[in-house]
Amino acid sequence: MSKQGVPSSDAVDQPVLVKAVSISKRFGEVLANDSVDLTIREGEIHALLGENGAGKSTLVKILYGALEQTSGDIVWRGNTVKIANPADARTLGVGMVFQHFSLFEALSVADNIALALPKDTDLKALPERIISVSKKYGLPLDPNAMVADLPVGVRQRIEIVRCLLQEPSLLIMDEPTSVLTPQEADELFKTLQRLASEGCAILYISHRLEEVQRICQRATIMRHGKVVNECDPRQETPASLARMMVGADVHAIKSTSEITTGNPLITLRDLNLPADNAFGIELKDINLEVFAGEVVGIAGIAANGQSELFDAISGERRVENVHAVNLLGVPVGKKKINPRRKLGAAFVPEERLGHGAVPGFRLSDNVMLTRFSTEPSLLLRGILKRGNAAEMEQRIKVNYDVRMTHDNPEARSLSGGNLQKFVVGRELDRKPRVMVINQPTWGVDAGAAALIRQALIDLARTGAAVLVISQDLDEIYEVSDRIAVISRGQLSPAEPANVMTRERIGMLMAGMGEKNTSKSDEGQAHAARA
Amino acid sequence: MRLELEKRSEHSALMTVLSPVVALGLTVVAGGILFAAMGYNPGEALYAFFIEPLTNQWSIEELLVKAGPLILIAVGLSVCFLSNNWNIGAEGQFTIGALAGSMIPILFHEYTGPMAMPLMVLMGALGGMVWASVPAFLKTRFGTNEILTSLMLVYVAQFLLDYLVRGPWRDPDGFNFPESRIFDDAHTLMTLGDGRLHLGFVFALVAVFVIWFMLSQTLKGFEIKVMGETPRAGRFAGFSHRGIVWFGFMVSGAFAGIAGMAEVSGSIGQLTPVISPGYGFTAIIVAFLGRLNPIGIVFAGLLLALSYIGGESAQVALGLSDKITRVFQGMLLFFVLACDTLILYRIRLIKSAPKAGGAHERA
Repeated sequence: MSKQGVPSSDAVDQPVLVKAVSISKRFGEVLANDSVDLTIREGEIHALLGENGAGKSTLVKILYGALEQTSGDIVWRGNTVKIANPADARTLGVGMVFQHFSLFEALSVADNIALALPKDTDLKALPERIISVSKKYGLPLDPNAMVADLPVGVRQRIEIVRCLLQEPSLLIMDEPTSVLTPQEADELFKTLQRLASEGCAILYISHRLEEVQRICQRATIMRHGKVVNECDPRQETPASLARMMVGADVHAIKSTSEITTGNPLITLRDLNLPADNAFGIELKDINLEVFAGEVVGIAGIAANGQSELFDAISGERRVENVHAVNLLGVPVGKKKINPRRKLGAAFVPEERLGHGAVPGFRLSDNVMLTRFSTEPSLLLRGILKRGNAAEMEQRIKVNYDVRMTHDNPEARSLSGGNLQKFVVGRELDRKPRVMVINQPTWGVDAGAAALIRQALIDLARTGAAVLVISQDLDEIYEVSDRIAVISRGQLSPAEPANVMTRERIGMLMAGMGEKNTSKSDEGQAHAARA
Repeated sequence: MRLELEKRSEHSALMTVLSPVVALGLTVVAGGILFAAMGYNPGEALYAFFIEPLTNQWSIEELLVKAGPLILIAVGLSVCFLSNNWNIGAEGQFTIGALAGSMIPILFHEYTGPMAMPLMVLMGALGGMVWASVPAFLKTRFGTNEILTSLMLVYVAQFLLDYLVRGPWRDPDGFNFPESRIFDDAHTLMTLGDGRLHLGFVFALVAVFVIWFMLSQTLKGFEIKVMGETPRAGRFAGFSHRGIVWFGFMVSGAFAGIAGMAEVSGSIGQLTPVISPGYGFTAIIVAFLGRLNPIGIVFAGLLLALSYIGGESAQVALGLSDKITRVFQGMLLFFVLACDTLILYRIRLIKSAPKAGGAHERA
């Protein structure tokens, strides 16, 4: 087996575990993987980097047997193998932890794990095995807990333990830290390093360059379906890695002009909102002011009330007290979303497909979706003016660099990053005076993320109030003038970004800033946090 | 070798049009096999079923008479179905529409003024709406499943009709037959052509145009489609879930009610214990076969009307049971729903043999 082109690294002397040789995968006219080569050695943590649509997921799915390559070979420990389905992959020793978990919420941890194991597994001994594996790798897990009661971090552990029980030689992890707190991520890194030291190779897919630099010995970088580079990420800077990924310098975001804040355009005063379902979060006494000209960032871990807060400000859920929500000086607590839009407010929800856009509608009809109430040119006495919507769609496409295979496609055909540029562009195109955006660059590649963040800052500097809700701390720091943290439905006071350290945010995220620390009325979603 | 469904990135415009045609073809093939299995010459039987009814003036007119209520009900249902509300009880709304529309001819038969007919149409619409309001209320207020409630109300409506024509509304001069009095000329819908075809078909065409315009050109139509496809995005656009449930049920109820009134007033001329060969249920097939598109529904309505006449024709020509109509309608719905998969997926033939053990795809 050849070892050409591999510079010195920790694992360089280890035998090659798996080699993908000239893998190509064609979807219709699109070549998602174009002669991709990948070499993973035993015991190394290998990063797979690339923008959205670079072909990472396709490659990984081929390795896991969920897709079949159009051409090329997979060589496993020196033998060419055929991986026809995920069961084959598992037999071979490949385990995968998906970004979106596949767990049954109504079943216990042990039941969920049992479902993925071979049929001849001894189920009686399973809880014991789960406990021993989870102890060994520092992944505390109660086999009898119901999945529905567990926070995301623990759910991820179930997925990992499920893979580990099959003693994999290669563990594939797709964006594992996107749902974790910094502390949880640290724990995960320890587990991964422990696994690697025992000889298990890890293929680590991530957008977070720092993480990759911190734990990976090798990185393969993909762009437009091809491998463009291989490197030792520890020898690189985040900027150089990002450059390899996007093929051009990602320009650093800068808030040029000094901030001149004006009147408060978003005011939340003692905002309370009960949970609307068993897993919802109750908002408690939220107070916040966002002034004209500034960006306020709200940090927090997933499912701590972000979407409830977004819904309360957008008017998708209305509150009892009219004065609890005030936009542009008007109390709007009981108003629906369109009257709030008419005041000059714009909203971009977290979920772009299915909330911000209708998947089966063309983009021009998706322009109609949020703008018919504010654009007189789109609606004449109840009749839609689709031609004008198509013109707006063209304008958004050009101004926000939305790439598409043909003109005015259905929303579902766009890649995540491009659709995000579209839903953000659709609102920015209005030149709103208030902008509320939840997860502006969720799963978006570095280039598009920079464009969106810059646009938000620019909007604020024209005198708008911008509220950014994000689970990505780097993003919060990049865009925010002031930062607040949401935790279990409570919001910490917003403080200037330069006095908010990462440690402080981490503490606030972990609930240290909450007024009510009695254990009795905590959301059940947190009861099991270890 | 195995077949695999591959998701398309966008829905296929070609397949949207082609899928009902493919479904029809498959129905004919399956029907041929069925006839052959029963010992009939499939060619002869299919001819009697599908072609013969189209060879004379009388049966073409009869075709339109039967297509009228199917199209009218199906157009109303398409609004309901597009908004993701499953009104399965059009048959009941049809029945109550017929009852309400018959109040003037039966209870106030001496009133024969020029407003009698318009009032009957209005009463028919209101009757259907009242019946449709029950599942709409239960759904918006208690989150009840409208499929069950609307379906169950069909049987309630049919028993109510049965009770009325055997009891209070029975014709005093009708020799105790379970029938109402025969409607006065002023209470009978204007006829067209040779006399069987009546204004009900025109109602259907007007409904087709109005709903086509609403769905394709207006904000209301946009709202219906958004709420049907993605309620969360609908709420983001400022549309009301409760409002759209009511709108869908009221439109479909009103149209089914008018169809019921027109059937009694135009075709039958009195109330009898059975006034419909299952129009309200068949209209569900019409709505889907017509792609929930008003123009498509016109063609689908004609085709399903043909299945009624074809069943009668096959009964006369070959002595087949008229249950064959139901079998054909069932097969057609089955194939339409199956072929709809092709709109968002394409079939791919995978040459390599899969290994043992079920593919556990989680990606």
